[in-house]
Amino acid sequence: MSLWSRIGNVFRRERLSLEIDEEIESHIAEAIEQGRDPVEARRALGPALLLREESRDLKLIPWLDSLRADAVLGWRQLVKRKVTSTAAVLSLALAIGACASAFRLIDAMLLRPLPVAEPEQLYALSHVGIGNDGKPQVFENGEYPLFRLMRSAVKDQAELIAISPTNRTDVTYATDQEMEPAYVQYVSGWMFESFKLRPALGRLFTDNDDLQPGAHPYAVLSHEYWRRRFGQDARTVGQTVRIGNGIYTVVGVCEARFTGTQPGAMTDIFVPTMMHPSVTRSDSGWVGTWARLKPGVPAERVREMLAVIFRVFREERAKGFAGWPKQRLARFISETVLLESAAAGVSRVQRDYRRALVALGILVALVLLIACANVANLMTAQAAARRREMALRVSIGAGRWRLVQLVLLESAWLASLSAAIGGLFAWWSAPLVAGMISSPNSPVRLALPVDWRVLGFGMALTIVVMLLFGLAPALRASGVKPASALRGGDDPHSRGRTMHALIAAQVAFCFLVLFVSVLFVTTFDRLVTQPTGFAAERILTLETVSPRAQSPVFWNQVAEHLRAIPGIERVALAPWPLLTGSSNTSFVSIAGAAPVETPVAFLNVSPGWIETMKIAMIGGRDFRVNDVSPGVAIVNQTFARTYFAGENPVGKTFAMTGNRIPLKIVGLVGDARYRYMREPVPPTVYVPFASVDAKAVAIGVRQATFIVRTAGRDPLALSQTLRREISRLRPEFRVSSIRTQAEINNSQTLRERLLATLALFFAGVALVLAGIGLYGVVDYSVLQRRREIGIRMAIGAQSGDIARRVTTEIFWMIVVGAFTGLALGLISVQYVETLLYEVRGTEFSMLALPSLTILVMAFLAALPGVIRAVRTDPAAILRSE
Amino acid sequence: MLKILLRRPGLHGYAIMSMIKDWSGDVLRPEEGTLYPALHRMEESGWIRAKWVTKESGRRARIYELTTAGEKQLEMEESRWRDVTAAVNRVLRMA
Repeated sequence: MSLWSRIGNVFRRERLSLEIDEEIESHIAEAIEQGRDPVEARRALGPALLLREESRDLKLIPWLDSLRADAVLGWRQLVKRKVTSTAAVLSLALAIGACASAFRLIDAMLLRPLPVAEPEQLYALSHVGIGNDGKPQVFENGEYPLFRLMRSAVKDQAELIAISPTNRTDVTYATDQEMEPAYVQYVSGWMFESFKLRPALGRLFTDNDDLQPGAHPYAVLSHEYWRRRFGQDARTVGQTVRIGNGIYTVVGVCEARFTGTQPGAMTDIFVPTMMHPSVTRSDSGWVGTWARLKPGVPAERVREMLAVIFRVFREERAKGFAGWPKQRLARFISETVLLESAAAGVSRVQRDYRRALVALGILVALVLLIACANVANLMTAQAAARRREMALRVSIGAGRWRLVQLVLLESAWLASLSAAIGGLFAWWSAPLVAGMISSPNSPVRLALPVDWRVLGFGMALTIVVMLLFGLAPALRASGVKPASALRGGDDPHSRGRTMHALIAAQVAFCFLVLFVSVLFVTTFDRLVTQPTGFAAERILTLETVSPRAQSPVFWNQVAEHLRAIPGIERVALAPWPLLTGSSNTSFVSIAGAAPVETPVAFLNVSPGWIETMKIAMIGGRDFRVNDVSPGVAIVNQTFARTYFAGENPVGKTFAMTGNRIPLKIVGLVGDARYRYMREPVPPTVYVPFASVDAKAVAIGVRQATFIVRTAGRDPLALSQTLRREISRLRPEFRVSSIRTQAEINNSQTLRERLLATLALFFAGVALVLAGIGLYGVVDYSVLQRRREIGIRMAIGAQSGDIARRVTTEIFWMIVVGAFTGLALGLISVQYVETLLYEVRGTEFSMLALPSLTILVMAFLAALPGVIRAVRTDPAAILRSE
Repeated sequence: MLKILLRRPGLHGYAIMSMIKDWSGDVLRPEEGTLYPALHRMEESGWIRAKWVTKESGRRARIYELTTAGEKQLEMEESRWRDVTAAVNRVLRMA
């Protein structure tokens, strides 16, 4: 009989037994018919039960059968204790779900290989430069002419592909009026072929689509965008789309699996690199360099070759940098070039969230361990209650392994039930977390498929969890000594020791989770409540573009008109809003000295901008309408402090390097954050919005931002009016993005908000779980020592004495746990340091808060058990014995 | 047993047992207790297959018949038996 029918027989053993019995009965009936004595016939056949067992074991798989029997028994055990089982399953489910959810995010963001051919052969080039804050920073993008040089230099070792970051751009289909945002990525024509991607519709780019600058106005759509925007209409191919100032023809749709090269972002429209406005410029770094190594070529060799080209190119470029400090120039030329595996893609989101996600992953793993410890304690307590049962099983011939199997199967039930519920939780929560780090203007779009990676992780996690909490009780159960167990037990304390050790571990993990979450919450709090130096409320920013450069006079005219709209208090102009990460920098020299070491931040602002942003005016005056740049400047306090030793700088002058006209300081303003919330306020120079060139001719402006302070509470209420008015006043102007300043500020703290929220949530879960565990153990130990307590009380022990006896050991466990947690915390704080803001792990409050919380938790959790102990009625106990 | 089922397919357990006794002229008397485990083991090995039939008496009986695999097995066993007996015979003749 086949294996399948034998497996099938496992689940119909009742019928199998009946059939065997029937056959034997029919044999005996036959014998009687033949005239034999019924008793004799039966005896000749032997014991019917034995026959049945023997035949049945032949017809099915005995181990599977015993497994089935134990599974049924385990299930009955769980159902018998509904409340504890439910509590165990739910707490485990939450922890498993959180773990699976964290894995889904980490996998999607950091680990999953790009869905392209041979992703392990892909490398991405980057270089380590100096960021605006003066610290080393990794840059991925470079100049296209540099890419060309590199490509021809290593063509025998690797195929280089140019891929720009995915950028939100405003595009227009059909009519010129309706603009909509789309994510556009410039890619080499040969990228699709190299990635072995096929079109879902039309065609993809080839080498021939990427030859001459500006000559290939074609676009390829991503499948997701095609579905979302066009409902998978086959007529999409051939449509035209306006991107920036160019009109592109859609030639095809890429297959569904490829969503771009940046985890966390999805590309809507692919455009050939040759169509990028800066493709011929040697001074604009905008494109990433990817390398597909030829088989057998070591990455290090290619890196060295690329580094040489990089240096030569930088040396050439540096010749044009007049007035740079020598040291900076040397550093610019000799920046380190890296070539790192890009199998999982390269993105800013990846870089920003790598550490945060891993930290969260560790937090949820700790929560899982706490939950496991709880269930292990529960199982241990139950194993104690079932000692007699186990002993009986051993006495009547059950093997040790069979007992291990029995207890492990019960754990398996718990684990798989929890995993099933946890799976649902992960399915629901992972997109939720992805949504939390996403803001309307920089959405995080993450492919979160449920596939073998996620399911495999879930299975592995379930098995690990099962072994974590089930193995020890199972082995303990199998090690039962029938004689002593049936007699009433020999060492009642051995079990207590395991439980106490688990409590110490729980407290340690709980402390760690609390400590880290306090750090994250404090970071978020300090970041959000710190002064920005300006007032963000009621400010609306309208980023506006024009196909041709327009004189600053026109921009000012529009601003002037907008001021007349009812509900609008002030309007000013700047190239970009504050805290968007954008900035202009330049070296300056004070009083004819050598240029300063760190470049200074510059921002062109119109008259009234300072007032609109409500930045404190400390001395001097605001710009006037006829002020132009270069000529006058307003500086912030940090600038004054850094370069004028804190003296009032109004009336003094300084020079921008490479510019002969000195800047006269006409005003001094308070510090305002410029690029990032986390960055200290840089020395900042505000110069007039209107700039003139060396011949005093006004320089046209192609894009700028109207900064509008509204009278109403909700600045967005006016967004449609303003958008319409701007286009009406100057038809060339198009508003490409409208955001409130508050929203921009918020998007600066998304990561911290995410960490704080989730860490706080998990700290709560950890606390509750540890509390339940502690409660259970105290309660259990009181129950175990009922007799002892009864006797002590009978001979006159006081309540306090009893309470002390019950809690001393557990108290020490908590202390040990807390100190271990503290040590772990102080070690781990180094890892999360970059995620923190102006918070030190050694601050008193950072340590005091978790300690206090744990103490309160321990007190509350131990209270019911202790009350139970002191209320013990000695007479009742002794009588029941 | 296989031989019996080859000659007379569709016998139930008791009949098989009686048949062995008869054919061997009462020389071979199989232990009744080993009959069914043996039958079930052969069934498990796929040499014979069984089905339930209702006899005239109204009682159900499980009857067995040979499968193709069983025929092959029988052939193999027989040839092995012949080899063994031949060998034994040779030895006996020499003595």
